[in-house]
Amino acid sequence: MNFELTEEQRLWRKTVHDFVEAEVRPKAAEVDEKGEFNWEAVRKMGPLGLLGMNIPEEYGGADVGAIGAVIAMEELGWGCGSTALAIAAHNGLGTLPIVHYGTEEQKKRWLPLVTSGQGKLSALALTEPGAGSDLQGGVRTRAEKVGNEWVINGSKMWCTNASIAEYIITLVRTDPAGGSHSLSMILVPTDTPGLHIGPAEKKMGLKGSPTHAVTYEDVRVPLENLIGEEGRGLQQALATLDSGRLSIGALAIGLARAAHEYAVSYAKERRAFGKPIAELQAIQWMIADAATEIEAARHLLYYAAWLKDQGRPFTKEAAMAKLFATEMAERVCRNAIQIHGGYGYSREYPVERIYRDARLMTIGEGTSEIQRLVIARHELR
Amino acid sequence: MKIIAFVKQVPDSAATVVVEDGKVSWGDAPLVINPWDEYAVEAALQQKEAHGGTVTAISMGDESAKEALKHALAMGCNEAILISDPALANVDTRATAEVLAAAVRKIGDADMIFFGRQAIDGDAGITPAQTARILGLPMLSFAASISVEGDTVKVERSIEEGRQIVSAKLPAVFTVVKDFGEPRYPSFMGIRKAARAQIPVWTLADLGIEAPKSVVSWPEIMNPPKREVTCEFIEGDSPEEIAEKLADKLIAEKVL
Ligand SMILES: Cc1cc2nc3c(=O)[nH]c(=O)nc-3n(C[C@H](O)[C@H](O)[C@H](O)COP(=O)(O)OP(=O)(O)OC[C@H]3O[C@@H](n4cnc5c(N)ncnc54)[C@H](O)[C@@H]3O)c2cc1C
Ligand SMILES: Cc1cc2nc3c(=O)[nH]c(=O)nc-3n(C[C@H](O)[C@H](O)[C@H](O)COP(=O)(O)OP(=O)(O)OC[C@H]3O[C@@H](n4cnc5c(N)ncnc54)[C@H](O)[C@@H]3O)c2cc1C
Repeated sequence: MNFELTEEQRLWRKTVHDFVEAEVRPKAAEVDEKGEFNWEAVRKMGPLGLLGMNIPEEYGGADVGAIGAVIAMEELGWGCGSTALAIAAHNGLGTLPIVHYGTEEQKKRWLPLVTSGQGKLSALALTEPGAGSDLQGGVRTRAEKVGNEWVINGSKMWCTNASIAEYIITLVRTDPAGGSHSLSMILVPTDTPGLHIGPAEKKMGLKGSPTHAVTYEDVRVPLENLIGEEGRGLQQALATLDSGRLSIGALAIGLARAAHEYAVSYAKERRAFGKPIAELQAIQWMIADAATEIEAARHLLYYAAWLKDQGRPFTKEAAMAKLFATEMAERVCRNAIQIHGGYGYSREYPVERIYRDARLMTIGEGTSEIQRLVIARHELR
Repeated sequence: MKIIAFVKQVPDSAATVVVEDGKVSWGDAPLVINPWDEYAVEAALQQKEAHGGTVTAISMGDESAKEALKHALAMGCNEAILISDPALANVDTRATAEVLAAAVRKIGDADMIFFGRQAIDGDAGITPAQTARILGLPMLSFAASISVEGDTVKVERSIEEGRQIVSAKLPAVFTVVKDFGEPRYPSFMGIRKAARAQIPVWTLADLGIEAPKSVVSWPEIMNPPKREVTCEFIEGDSPEEIAEKLADKLIAEKVL
């Protein structure tokens, strides 16, 4: 048993922290207010390795390992929920299917393009107007083989990064008969005719992370744009989400940590009844609970990431870590506002934004209910 | 091109530095690479990228200075050396310069030697010039841009009066200022290399020199005296009236 980060992980955390503190955090309020994506910081993430965290070196990535990735995602979440979500979706969703299931040619063609920070990012479109938690039964977007092309028709919802992506990996139905082997993943470059990316959704939080509806109108791409096996799209998507959940869990811990830090410093300064409110037991208990739960979430998450790095099954542990970390983040952010009193409800204080950002985490990449369902299935089998 | 970049480990600029029991203390604030030295490393790496060769980062300090060296390695330096010896505790800048010069000689054939403009702890800013002097090399300070052609280097110096362009023959010693451009962030690949690096430690014996003698000493260190400040608001019905009252005050207090 060893609870220490390695030298490499420790230096990595410090580097990402310093980067986020200088380039990402100072813009967090502005990107939320204006709904603008922080390209300036993202351009600089390429050389650092933040855009290729799961990608081997030969394709331009940094391959930081599962623990390295959650370390970085926590720091990004600490700095800015919006920017962190875009980077999580890019690393965890948009690039991972190519890394795991792509051909050598697909890897060489697409991965270097999206890891350098000079081009755009990547996206994964699973969710549809009628399919969120239930992909197998709900996905209606169809792809048909016509000659040497796939012809895609349908629509997707809630696609993070669609407008800032080189390509969208799209989950489509390739076998109208249905069943667990009727879905496939197809890579669709965003400049393909017939692909329409809707305006950015108006969201409660994470406003600096663009989310879009996408429609496919006779979109034609070559047959070789199939990612992985025909008919294995659902299984590939679920496996991809296992890793994505580690990212979202880490992001949530970062949000909670930021809110907690703001609450602690506010509690030391704010005075009521003749003393700093930090000396009131009611406040201390909230602070103690937050510190404890953040630590607990991080242990769960590191353990799940460690299992992944060992090449062992980690589906249940990833679901547990995501479930606990994201629900914890909501509680911690809620209490951070409480500690700020009326000021916590004001846009002038960052805890208001962090709370709105945290709210998504129990929904995206599998709702809390779906995490519980996954965990229960493992417990009951 | 053989390039050397000197880096120092200093308390974080956000640290509160106080004197406790006659000693300078920064509490448990973290130690970081001297921010100015990151510019020196950046300049060194750019020369390497332009002309080929290697960059060696060197720091004099205790074991904790390895952190600054690891940062330099993670930015892209080829190797790092720590100079550490109990006899070097609390030496002045001149004695430091002698040690650094000895390290440059031991490495041999260095073409360019880079320093930050000053270290944010001592803030003296004279070690680079003293090192150049001991080595008998030209000193090109406050470099905002550097271009090398053959064995000649042209430097644009950023000085109070404006810009000044000077040139010299290599080898030479440089200090680098902010105008040079933002230092790069370490890359994950650099970090991986830095984490695995074994950093050799050179003692005075390795350098083949005696402990250099300081010419400056600090017999007593104390906190600056606390100043009692009282704040008075001058009020009045119009800006003119307030200004008049203020002027009277300033004359009465003999400020003017
Ligand atoms: C900001 C944002 C970014 C997103 N980014 C992406 C993206 O990049 N790519 C992508 O494909 N999708 C993305 N999504 C979509 C997201 O993954 C879905 O919203 C999520 O999976 C839930 O699906 P749904 O919204 O259709 O809800 P539904 O599936 O309709 O669920 C509604 C409610 O029913 C519950 N429920 C459903 N099934 C069960 C069950 N079996 N047992 C118990 N409860 C159940 C759910 O937990 C939820 O509470 C994003 C969403 C948001 C808000
Ligand atoms: C939208 C909005 C509308 C408002 N409208 C009005 C209005 O119309 N008129 C008006 O007068 N005010 C109004 N307010 C102010 C509101 O009533 C105060 O924000 C509220 O009373 C809390 O005071 P505070 O913000 O100064 O927090 P503080 O009193 O500083 O409290 C900070 C934290 O310390 C805790 N705390 C304080 N004392 C103790 C204690 N003894 N024991 C345990 N915990 C303690 C609090 O519960 C809180 O968690 C409004 C506020 C908002 C956000």
